[in-house]
Amino acid sequence: MFGHKVLLGGMTAVALVVAGAALAIDPPKLGTPAPEMLIRLFDISIPPDGTGLPAGQATAKQGEAVFMARCAACHGERGEGATNDRIASGIGTLQDEVQTFKTVGSYWPYATTLFDYVRRAMPYNAPLSLTDEEVYAAIAYVLFLSRIVGETDVIDAKSLPAVKMPNRDAFINAYTPG
Amino acid sequence: MAKTPNEVTPFADAEPVAANGLLHRRMFLSGGAFFAGAASLSGLLSAQPASAQMATVPDWRKEPGKSFTPYGVPSKFEEPVQRLVTVRANSYPSPGAGSSRTPLHLLEGIITPSGLHFERSHSGVPDIDPDRHRLLIHGLVRQPLVFDLESLMRYPRVSAIHFIECAGNSGGGWAVQPPVGFVGTMHGLLSCSEWTGVPLHYLLEEAGIDPKAKWILAEGIDASGMSRSVPIEKALGDAMVALFQNGERIRPEQGYPMRLLLPGWEGNMNVKWLHRIKLTEGPTYTKDETSKYTELMPDGKSMQFTFPMEVKSVITRPSEGVNMQGPGFYEISGFAWSGNGKIKRVDISADGGASWAEAALQEPIASRALTRFRLPWQWDGKEVILQSRATDETGAVQPTRAELIGTKGVKNAYHYNGITTWEIRQSGLVKNVWA
Repeated sequence: MFGHKVLLGGMTAVALVVAGAALAIDPPKLGTPAPEMLIRLFDISIPPDGTGLPAGQATAKQGEAVFMARCAACHGERGEGATNDRIASGIGTLQDEVQTFKTVGSYWPYATTLFDYVRRAMPYNAPLSLTDEEVYAAIAYVLFLSRIVGETDVIDAKSLPAVKMPNRDAFINAYTPG
Repeated sequence: MAKTPNEVTPFADAEPVAANGLLHRRMFLSGGAFFAGAASLSGLLSAQPASAQMATVPDWRKEPGKSFTPYGVPSKFEEPVQRLVTVRANSYPSPGAGSSRTPLHLLEGIITPSGLHFERSHSGVPDIDPDRHRLLIHGLVRQPLVFDLESLMRYPRVSAIHFIECAGNSGGGWAVQPPVGFVGTMHGLLSCSEWTGVPLHYLLEEAGIDPKAKWILAEGIDASGMSRSVPIEKALGDAMVALFQNGERIRPEQGYPMRLLLPGWEGNMNVKWLHRIKLTEGPTYTKDETSKYTELMPDGKSMQFTFPMEVKSVITRPSEGVNMQGPGFYEISGFAWSGNGKIKRVDISADGGASWAEAALQEPIASRALTRFRLPWQWDGKEVILQSRATDETGAVQPTRAELIGTKGVKNAYHYNGITTWEIRQSGLVKNVWA
């Protein structure tokens, strides 16, 4: 059959070669359906709308103890920075002639990123060791250190995405498709 | 009697094409005698008068050499060719959060030996058992899928030579005072490998892409769970799940057993130890695409999602620490690259940018890969300001530092691609300066 078509002329032969090439690179399908448990275990990313934020809540007042125990050694007791990044205050210094502090308070556009990052990576020496309640508590305190939330404000899945970060509107999307 | 390289002066009467002794690149394309001289630059640099020692038969000629080794390593005499590792004084409690740099000034060609590829990790290098590693694809898909390594190895593969450059590479360029150090110290968050792996679009299409999916989130399974958002166009374009680096499986420092490869885009996005891809409507706005890897501009605004690494070049010979050995012939050489395509041309100036000579580009000239350039030079021993300027196939031209700072200010911290300037002193000492 193939040989017969080739004999019919150049156009048909070219068409066959193209079709053959397309078929030849059709990849196998070797993925296996992902168990729901696996997805739940690993799907820890939190976008700005808060989708995926877990149950739990805390205030900065409750968070102080968590922060002092798990965060202050590297970030300082007031978030002023120690062996690792300064994370508090610095608001209004992004154009400062002398010194700029890019902190959670002065620079980060979304409070949800704070939950995402602390839960996935902090503290450095024991990631994934904080409970969800402890994460809410620690980040409530971090936000309080920059006076973005009050000491008794309840931080949870509903209130966190609604926190307006001071530098929220200062980011410009430079990506254009194509 | 054969001439030593120092005596080979085939172009002593050649017409310079730009000031201070820059010769025509075509001299590399003809003249075997010239090439013989140029090829032995290291011999030229260390040329010694013939001594009694050289007139004896060396020991290694008089006894059998050592037997075979399962995995070869460089000569013990090449021991100084190592990554530049900076151990932070404040590394507690994660010494592996940081970087090491490729000694670009000691390398030739365009391929970075795998063991010298720069390292950037956010909480160390994990020791992953490949049999227990899985890649999860979920989110806005018809069917969430899991792939093990055995399965991925059965897909059709592609190979391509691409550089990876950390977005913070050459960050010292934003400083008031020019940094002191080797090319590797200043620009060594840059490496180039032949990568082989599975086109990512195979796997995404297999899971069934929901038309609402415009981005993916790629995540590593290192202790930092490093994650970045990537537009779906790139994910369906030249993105690769890379399994091999320079012919062998990817090194642990580079993401073993698999990493995301996004040719030409910020190194940080080429997520190592890749274990999860989530298809999403919008960006996830992770820590590394908000608080880091965004470009703070003079007006206080920040440019976000500036993905491709811009056109850039640097001369590696001569360069700071790779000094001149007296007047005479030299080959100027270095790297040029662009995250937006192929390098079209590289120009060299030996008079601070007043006159320029086009360098020869060494094949292969691959898209989003390091490209090696060369230019013959007759140095008269006088003080010289030496610069290279790259142009890519989109027509983008590498800016001067002044032009770059004029646009982006000095608080940017990322994507520095200004022209590097070497001040060559009469003593032969080479220093990094601002021009």
